[in-house]
Amino acid sequence: MTFKHRHLLGIEPLAPSDITTLLDLADDYVTLNRTAKHSDTLAGLTQINMFFENSTRTQASFEIAGKRLGADVMNMAMQASSIKKGETLIDTAMTLNAMHPDLLVVRHPQSGAVDLLAQKVNCAVLNAGDGRHEHPTQALLDALTIRRAKGRLHRLSIAICGDIAHSRVARSNIMLLGKMENRIRLIAPPTLMPSGIEEFGVEVFDDMAKGLKDVDVVMMLRLQKERMDGGFIPSEREYYHRFGLDSEKLAHAKPDAIVMHPGPMNRGVEIDGTLADDINRSVIQEQVEMGVAVRMAAMDLLAQNLRAERAAA
Amino acid sequence: MPPLTLTLFTNARLIDPEIGQIIDGGLLVEDGKITDILTQPVENPNTYGADSIIDCAGKYLAPGIIDIGVKVCEPGERHKESFRSAGAAAAAGGVTTIVTRPDTDPAIDNPETLEFVIRRAREAAPVHVLPMAALTKGRMGREMTEISFLLDAGAVAFTDCDHVVTDTKVFSRALTYARSLGALVIAHVQEPGLSKGACVTSGKFASLRGLPGVTPMAERMALDRDIALIEMTGARYHVDQITTARALPALARAKANGLDITAGTSVHHLTLNALDVADYRTFFKLKPPLRDEDDRVAVAEAVASGLIDIISSMHTPQDEESKRLPFEEAASGAVALETFLPAALRLVHADLIDLPHLWRAMSLNPAKRLGLPSGRLAAGAPADLVLFDADAPFVMDRTTLRSKSRNTPFDGQRMQGKVLATYVDGACVFEMGA
Repeated sequence: MTFKHRHLLGIEPLAPSDITTLLDLADDYVTLNRTAKHSDTLAGLTQINMFFENSTRTQASFEIAGKRLGADVMNMAMQASSIKKGETLIDTAMTLNAMHPDLLVVRHPQSGAVDLLAQKVNCAVLNAGDGRHEHPTQALLDALTIRRAKGRLHRLSIAICGDIAHSRVARSNIMLLGKMENRIRLIAPPTLMPSGIEEFGVEVFDDMAKGLKDVDVVMMLRLQKERMDGGFIPSEREYYHRFGLDSEKLAHAKPDAIVMHPGPMNRGVEIDGTLADDINRSVIQEQVEMGVAVRMAAMDLLAQNLRAERAAA
Repeated sequence: MPPLTLTLFTNARLIDPEIGQIIDGGLLVEDGKITDILTQPVENPNTYGADSIIDCAGKYLAPGIIDIGVKVCEPGERHKESFRSAGAAAAAGGVTTIVTRPDTDPAIDNPETLEFVIRRAREAAPVHVLPMAALTKGRMGREMTEISFLLDAGAVAFTDCDHVVTDTKVFSRALTYARSLGALVIAHVQEPGLSKGACVTSGKFASLRGLPGVTPMAERMALDRDIALIEMTGARYHVDQITTARALPALARAKANGLDITAGTSVHHLTLNALDVADYRTFFKLKPPLRDEDDRVAVAEAVASGLIDIISSMHTPQDEESKRLPFEEAASGAVALETFLPAALRLVHADLIDLPHLWRAMSLNPAKRLGLPSGRLAAGAPADLVLFDADAPFVMDRTTLRSKSRNTPFDGQRMQGKVLATYVDGACVFEMGA
């Protein structure tokens, strides 16, 4: 066991060996989830899910992951609660901390907010997405999906396409796939490409045909309409025409290339509906399944460290 | 009238920004004014008949710092900074004149509020306080303020601070009107469309942290607009902070064309860069945001060459509640009166500038721009002086700051340079250890 982290705040602080350890354990949980669906690994621990931003899928995934491991899981819908009454993030964190949670799963619309919160609490914090910064469990579940589909997680050519500027999923994936020594190609209109991105050790394209050439994996991103304050693309139909993934554009990739999407999908905007449902190419449903397993593995590892730390104290 | 007093400063290393030299010698001060510069080491101090003799022990004696753009949070937010606390911080920092900003709540945009500020400053601050007033009412960029009345009440310059007057017609009228009164207008240059919502400079770091960034070009675009308007109106104009390399050629051209333009920058932009934000450290959130290292060095060189005229602290107190927030939500600005001198000395210790040239930017040039008699070591100038040790090392501890707000980015950092004593009109307003 080499996983020496107190929190899972992002992919940036992880070493390749951390990633491998986590994915290996997640593989075991995939098996568990298909059979017994229960263990007592987190029995006696309290997991609180704090979502300051709407989420159905990620929150459900963390909730199921916690319950399958025997934790006491509580969901707090932060949008409807004290934050509306003017309480600051730090006060909210301190209040929760006083209730002695063990695992805190946090999503927040501001980049860096989860880091800030983690400095103020005595439990393990898992970042379930902060602003445009990181979404580590999504990158890990994508990695597990790729590893299971391709048999390895290195020396693959991987295209990440779409709204990269607003995407924390893209940032975490660029970081993870880079650490594992893959070739990363980013494809997006220049208005949706973050500044300075070429310094991340990636290849940058604004043409799907060129960018997708001979790739092993195609990761599509959701067009984040809610984070856009105007004028990034002329229209959804023009975007779909140039950057939406359909079988014609996919033909530029390797014949066995897989298609991924973090969900929720805008069918007909970034991806053709038929393609998304094509079980021979699309691994989108596997990604959801891997999500639960990866989150179980992450919480298991952090809980082990937490227990060791408490035993030493 | 108190009797005239004669003070002799001996054994000093005098920093003379006017001639650009350091002189081993002394100073005679009579009744709050410098009366003589002694350009030789003083052999027999007792022959001058001085009432008091101050032995400077070979340390630097320089004109006090004149800091344009200090935020004192009166009226409105006295819990963040009062004239008393800002005055004490200035004295401890070797700042003998603070030129205050009107971005208070409410804004200082009418003679009555300005008179309140002047009265409070006189009661509470041991250093000179010269107030600036807003250029437009409420700093809203719609109607100009009563510039003539405000000048009569004591305003030394007019500025909407970090609010850019976006309506070009409103701004050109205000510049024209100010021109007719000889009033100095100080502006902030950030193209408002590009900078909207941004809290860091765009680039790799901004993308890595997922923070909305503004291109450094936004500064040059806004400067270009303002230069065109100065050319059109002939106004006296100072840009508060130039922080990017791209803006420098435009500034140089405007000066070469004979426009009445000067430029400032902040000590933070001269000593820190965008990467210092690190893990979302909000004490490093400034306006404009910290820039890349290339920009920092280019701006420091522009100060050394004189293209940038003035260094300010841009002292901006923010309480803990305003800063302990996610980065995008946190307030901008840093306190700097007490760290101004040691921070600026980093440029000297890095051989980017020498002391006399640094003092031009921190004392002589601001005095000239505002038409003040201070900022120089010359007979007849006010004895506003700072005595300091340029090398004394220390580790900055923000809990020792005299400001009510302690949002300094230098907390925990190693610095060099300590103020030993500060004199305003010949009177000692700060002495280390006293």
